[in-house]
Amino acid sequence: MFGAGGGTSSYQEAEETDLIILWGSNARETHPIFFHHLLRGVRGGAKLIAVDPRRTSSAEWADIWLGIDVGSDIALANAMAREIIHAGLAHTEFISRATTGYEEFARCVEAYTLERAEAETGVPAAAIKEVALAYARAEKGMICWTLGITEHHNATDNVLALINLGLLTGKVGRYGSGLNPLRGQNNVQGGGDMGAIPARLPGFQDLEDPEIHDKFARAWGGATFPGRKGWHLSEMFEAMDRGDLSSLYIVGENPARSEADQGRAVRLLSGLDHLVVQDIFLTHTAQMAHVVLPAAAGWAESEGTVTNSERRVQRVRRALEPPAGARDDIDIICELARRLGSDWGHPTAEQVWDECRSLSPMHAGMAYRRLEELGGIQWPCPDESHRGTQFLHARLWKHPVEGPRAPFHAVEHDPPVDRLSEEFPIRLTTGRRLDSFNTGVQTNEYTSPLRKGEALLISPEDGQRIGVEDGECVRVSSRRGSVDVNVRIEPTLRPGLAFMTLHFPDQVSTNILTIDATDPKSGTAEFKASAIRIDKIPAQVPAS
Amino acid sequence: MSEAVFVGLPRRLVKLTIDGREFEVAEGSTILDACRRMQIDTPTLCQLDNLTPVNVCRVCVVEVEGSRVLVPACSRKVEAGMKVQTDSDRVRHSRRLVLELLASSVDMSLCSPQVHAWMGRYGATPSRFGDQVATAAQPVKIDNDLYVRDYSRCILCYKCVEACGVDAQNTFAIGVVGRGFDAHISTEFDTPLPDSACVYCGNCIGVCPTGALMFKSEHEMRAAGTWDESRQKVTETVCPYCGVGCMLELHVQDNSIVKVTSPLDHSVTSGHLCVKGRFGFEFVQRREAKR
Repeated sequence: MFGAGGGTSSYQEAEETDLIILWGSNARETHPIFFHHLLRGVRGGAKLIAVDPRRTSSAEWADIWLGIDVGSDIALANAMAREIIHAGLAHTEFISRATTGYEEFARCVEAYTLERAEAETGVPAAAIKEVALAYARAEKGMICWTLGITEHHNATDNVLALINLGLLTGKVGRYGSGLNPLRGQNNVQGGGDMGAIPARLPGFQDLEDPEIHDKFARAWGGATFPGRKGWHLSEMFEAMDRGDLSSLYIVGENPARSEADQGRAVRLLSGLDHLVVQDIFLTHTAQMAHVVLPAAAGWAESEGTVTNSERRVQRVRRALEPPAGARDDIDIICELARRLGSDWGHPTAEQVWDECRSLSPMHAGMAYRRLEELGGIQWPCPDESHRGTQFLHARLWKHPVEGPRAPFHAVEHDPPVDRLSEEFPIRLTTGRRLDSFNTGVQTNEYTSPLRKGEALLISPEDGQRIGVEDGECVRVSSRRGSVDVNVRIEPTLRPGLAFMTLHFPDQVSTNILTIDATDPKSGTAEFKASAIRIDKIPAQVPAS
Repeated sequence: MSEAVFVGLPRRLVKLTIDGREFEVAEGSTILDACRRMQIDTPTLCQLDNLTPVNVCRVCVVEVEGSRVLVPACSRKVEAGMKVQTDSDRVRHSRRLVLELLASSVDMSLCSPQVHAWMGRYGATPSRFGDQVATAAQPVKIDNDLYVRDYSRCILCYKCVEACGVDAQNTFAIGVVGRGFDAHISTEFDTPLPDSACVYCGNCIGVCPTGALMFKSEHEMRAAGTWDESRQKVTETVCPYCGVGCMLELHVQDNSIVKVTSPLDHSVTSGHLCVKGRFGFEFVQRREAKR
């Protein structure tokens, strides 16, 4: 945010803050060791507020749980902002010195009265007010979010709405205050940092800035490469649909199972002229490929680095010999380059990293030796005498403010694309469980005593209304398709809300139901909000 | 983006005397911290740097001038002018007896070489109580695929209870039940683990000093006689799952991961992991066709 795509705080600060809002995140199950830090904060007296449609195992630890209707986060955030402004708790000095766009933002949120917010979000007005004032009054406060914020058609606006709250109350750039997306995979942060996003080069440097472009071109021996931003994932699928994209090289991703509206994703992947998949498994996507490049596992069979949610760059090391024929990613890429006519030699992971450090100022000081000595380093780390940066944006509190001011963004509530209707009256949201991971390719290989297989979780009220009992098979239909799945009655769900995971696609393909309405800026699909209908059927799904 | 590091509040230095040597440590340090700084080897069983001291094993006791009873070094904070004896007859006698009482009733054979060295140093002879002593001997509890519980090896150090409770996991699946010699670690109503609140983070295994809690894979390899630590290599890497970035120590024997731990001093984990990080490694060594 404000030019650097990373969480602002360190985990340690969660232990010493006064208030934490966990917004659209079930960190207890999806980021368990971050939750340890958070619990140390709670044990030390920090207030915990959980904003989640489900009363999750994280929400069980909260002082206040806001059981929000799926996809109404902006209405809630804007109403909180309005309450803070009306109570005179906006940090006017910080706003005037370090931000821009406040007037327009204040005008925008003025329309979000408590009454309107209660109607849009399902959260009682008094609870919205209480949380707003508690956050504004806390000396230190953090907001942490995950996919409950970002797996929406307006993901970027959702994030901006949370950032607005931080700016409004001056809760960023200080120890114990910050705005933090918790990353879902061990190198989501690192992938972005390294430029694996359409408009950036390593270190979040702008691909379309001619000076930056020239710097890289010179370092790469005058190599030519596009100076315009590329497509993100959803745009790639659109391009496949139009016929503009006919060849694809996929590294370590299983879109045939992980994409929303799976039927469409598989159809488009099947229509490609040429599909290359580089993976450690023969995934469903790899089975569709013309060429499969077996890879070594990044975390246990290769050398390199990954970057975590507190921007800490850490070493991964080779502990195992990869299976016969599986090769290191660097090796595969360099060999590919050689066959395409460019000899990049056979660099080690450290040599590749050193090249990155020479081009990316925020990584410049992170020599392997120092990563080892310091137990990882948090970016930015501009030189080898720098110990890394525990929290970002302290510059906003400098006299005068260093660098550009942080902008408010007026954003409006926009409900989920897949509207509820008489035909599809139930809101299905998807998520993850403690012992499993994404499409289960990795986690289904170990035996977890906690695992019960896929089920449609519904509230006792809905169970009664539909006339189904725990374990009974139902047909779940959305506007895109149907699956048969056993029901599990879940008392922590509210009426009208259903829950499924993506962990067992061989048993139940949840993504047949989900909608691929995507956020135009981030390319993330609205996995969190499908409209479904639940019908009783007599047959039993084969036992998991 | 400018550098900003919170370094914490400054702490005063406190001067004390240990075994006749004057020494200064930061206020808030324990006697154990001071002993370690002075390189005085002090036995500990229930103490671990990532857990709150519970003072139950009494093997770290020292003599403090003016104190009627011996005090546990692991939890007693240093005070200015304190005079401490770590190797007096009274201390040596007490440490020896603690080790003897434990080892006479519990199988301590899988304790670290360090524990065996302390037994040697204090002349602990558990056999002197004869062979009619009560013991904790009982069958190994195997009720799930991830880890086993062999309470004939349990010295009741409370570390597993602490790690499952407020010190890390906050799951509270286990506690100490019973009194006196019958005290033992148990789930709620002594149910098997799959019926308990356990979430299989294995943080109890990570802190167990006696091998009472063990990966099922290690238990099976030991039973088959194939467990060989001299052939194991430990490599530090980062967990492949979520974005928290937990450091894993992969214990590898014959190109197979046989155990996963995390360094106690790592800023992300403090030695603690979740079920995926600790047990979810199988996929990397099973690479047949998948989804």
